[in-house]
Amino acid sequence: MKKYTYQLFALLGSALMLSSCGNQNGNSSSGALNSSNAEKVYVAPGEHDEFYAFMSGGYSGNLTVYGLPSGRMFKEIPVFSQFPTSGYGYSEETKPMLETSHGFVPWDDSHHPDISQTNGELDGRWIFINGNNTPRIARISLTTFETEEIIEVPNSAGNHSSSFVTENTEYVVAGTRFSVPIPQRDMPINEYKGNFQGALSFISVDPEHGHMDIKFQIIMPGFNYDLSHPGRGKSHGWFFFTTYNTEEANSLQEVNSSQNDKDFIAAINWKMVEEYVNNGGGKKVPANYAHNLYDESTHTATSTMKKEVLTVNPLDVPGAVFFLPTPKSPHGCDVDPSGEYIIGNGKLSADLTVHSFDNMIAAIEGKKFDGEAYGIPILKFEDVLAGVVKSGGLGPLHTEFDGKGNAYTTFFISSEVVKWKLGTWEVIDRKPTYYSVGHLMIPGGNSRKPFGKYVVALNKITKDRYLPVGPEMEHSAQIYDISGEKMELLYDFPTHGEPHYAAGIPAELLAPKSKKIYRLDENKHPYAVLTPDQARVERKGNEVHIYMSTIRSHFTPDNIEGVKVGDKVYFHITNHEQDFDVPHGFAMIGQNTSELLIMPGQTKSSVWEPKKPGVWPFYCTDFCSALHQEMQGYVRVSPADSNIELSWSLGED
Amino acid sequence: MKIRIHHPILIASILLLISCGGKEEKKEGFGIDRSKSTEKSAEAAPAIDQVPASQRITLDDKGVGQIKDITLDAEINKEMAAAGGALYKTNCTACHKLDKRFIGPSPIGILERRSPEWIMNMILDPKLMTEQDRCAKDLLIEFNGAAMSNQNLTVEETRSILEYFRTL
Repeated sequence: MKKYTYQLFALLGSALMLSSCGNQNGNSSSGALNSSNAEKVYVAPGEHDEFYAFMSGGYSGNLTVYGLPSGRMFKEIPVFSQFPTSGYGYSEETKPMLETSHGFVPWDDSHHPDISQTNGELDGRWIFINGNNTPRIARISLTTFETEEIIEVPNSAGNHSSSFVTENTEYVVAGTRFSVPIPQRDMPINEYKGNFQGALSFISVDPEHGHMDIKFQIIMPGFNYDLSHPGRGKSHGWFFFTTYNTEEANSLQEVNSSQNDKDFIAAINWKMVEEYVNNGGGKKVPANYAHNLYDESTHTATSTMKKEVLTVNPLDVPGAVFFLPTPKSPHGCDVDPSGEYIIGNGKLSADLTVHSFDNMIAAIEGKKFDGEAYGIPILKFEDVLAGVVKSGGLGPLHTEFDGKGNAYTTFFISSEVVKWKLGTWEVIDRKPTYYSVGHLMIPGGNSRKPFGKYVVALNKITKDRYLPVGPEMEHSAQIYDISGEKMELLYDFPTHGEPHYAAGIPAELLAPKSKKIYRLDENKHPYAVLTPDQARVERKGNEVHIYMSTIRSHFTPDNIEGVKVGDKVYFHITNHEQDFDVPHGFAMIGQNTSELLIMPGQTKSSVWEPKKPGVWPFYCTDFCSALHQEMQGYVRVSPADSNIELSWSLGED
Repeated sequence: MKIRIHHPILIASILLLISCGGKEEKKEGFGIDRSKSTEKSAEAAPAIDQVPASQRITLDDKGVGQIKDITLDAEINKEMAAAGGALYKTNCTACHKLDKRFIGPSPIGILERRSPEWIMNMILDPKLMTEQDRCAKDLLIEFNGAAMSNQNLTVEETRSILEYFRTL
């Protein structure tokens, strides 16, 4: 094993050289320390973790659930991607979840999960996540851990500065990474400058059901809106977005978007804009975007196309939008728990820029502007600046907070996490990451009440951290103990897809309300069979509807005859189990779709179009009992012109 | 029907018989003469096993679980029985038919064999019962190892199903 490591180290030369500081292999701790670190992440068999961690799936399009400190993965929640494991996006009930104005889109790139808040603290009702590619925001229930709603965001492209919630989950906010022609139209690309625009969308969240609706879109100048965070406490009512490409380049952005010494953080007084639209302000414009809603009682999603969106020109709401100059293409945009400090991390800078909310308000009130951009006032950098963290690192990206006056910032290029003190800006500690960290996450670390015990670094490059598995591998996360003055690297664990951001929450806030079964007596699915004697087969023209029920370990019915080639056969399967963790699966030979995995009390449907006469078997895919292998059945398929009557049975002689 | 074949030579001879069989007596499938495995094991087992669990009378056995003592009124509570009948239909009929032995036994006559407490404990926590109650364990074996499902019913709901059983 050792020899192996050395070989890899040679390959890794360039990556490691980028790590500016020493302690590069992470193994320098003494044996005694290692064993105490092992204890810190050890969760004994049958015991539970202290925190849930929700990791975005990145290009998997989904959201994964881990435990901290153990790093054990509990679940992958399908969100924007078809998921054959459960049938999400394949079953008739869930196909509508992936509808968009572009038609059925079976995939996305999920980036930034954020847990709902009340009074600035995690309330554990829902978690939101953005689809970056075909702009969408999803809401996931934290009682069922299933995706309940997806809303498409019109006028947006590269939905990246999303999906962050305001202090009482009044809004989930989605900003555009690409500026585009609004409305979309055929025009020369090189006429970008001055013509393309960026939409910042404020999506209201119904406080009871969580249902989302785009309340308004602020149509901003054609910059790239990179990341965002809400104000909190005294800055509640404001939202802050980092921007880059204020050059408005339309090509070779790698060079052309890095010309200005400073880009901006856009500060939006959304309460003022909200008041403006509540009083009839803004302009309704034609749009076309999908709103997909899953109903837990019918176990079914519906997709509705919305045809209008309310847009706001920031110049029509004077005093609502300002630009804060921020050096070097700022990426991360983070607000400390008190709401006073707004941190913009210039990704091409060595330093962190910290703006003061109080200074910003004073500058606005004093009208101390340094010009304007497309009519939006630019505040003077020196007037809003609170301080600069001279870290010595390279490529700062994201900052989280521990609630004890400290901030933790990731540095991508120098591959480290730096701990520094709010207010004094002094660097307290720095620890390397393996390798090239992107986001980091402290449970509640972007709320008014962080739980500052662990920080998880979400690394972009894995290389030699695990046994090699060919060129493609999982990403790597690292958990650090941050309860003391110095950070202590505890453990590495692989993460699925490409986690960008993550959100953590104490287990005690979620575990007690996690749903165990769906109650059969609450099942309102139109094709449910609530008692086995309702199980039946019906023909409507060439559609055959099989109303089937399951319990350990048989299907009712399990013998079906009278199906013909050319029929469209719908299996509607209700799982009659009412016990925790007894799903049944359903798979039909040759079916051009995925299996179904049906939770207790749930109904799911899938379509089969038999192509050949014969007697075709189906079976349960989830090992449900000692007699699981007996859980099977047959469908007899006759030629299209046959006159075999529909019939069905179970256990009849 | 579950067919257990223990003897390869037996299979071979049966297959031989089929292949040489007369034309007029066309056989569909094949059959094996065998005695039931439960009867076989009964020879060596203690007396209690000589009677299949489904036919044993165990009225003194209250089972294992939260129901310790139930007193049944002389008169059947019709309202409760009706509610129990509805619950039985939704939660139990996938495996328990009135007119025949199905996945599990028919509930008709169950109160002549089992105590009210045993019945309720079996519905409320079949896993615990099959682990710790002798009769429940034997029933599991007798019914092909098809474990009874826990349908997450409340004590009140279970009590109403018991009342329904009294009407059968």
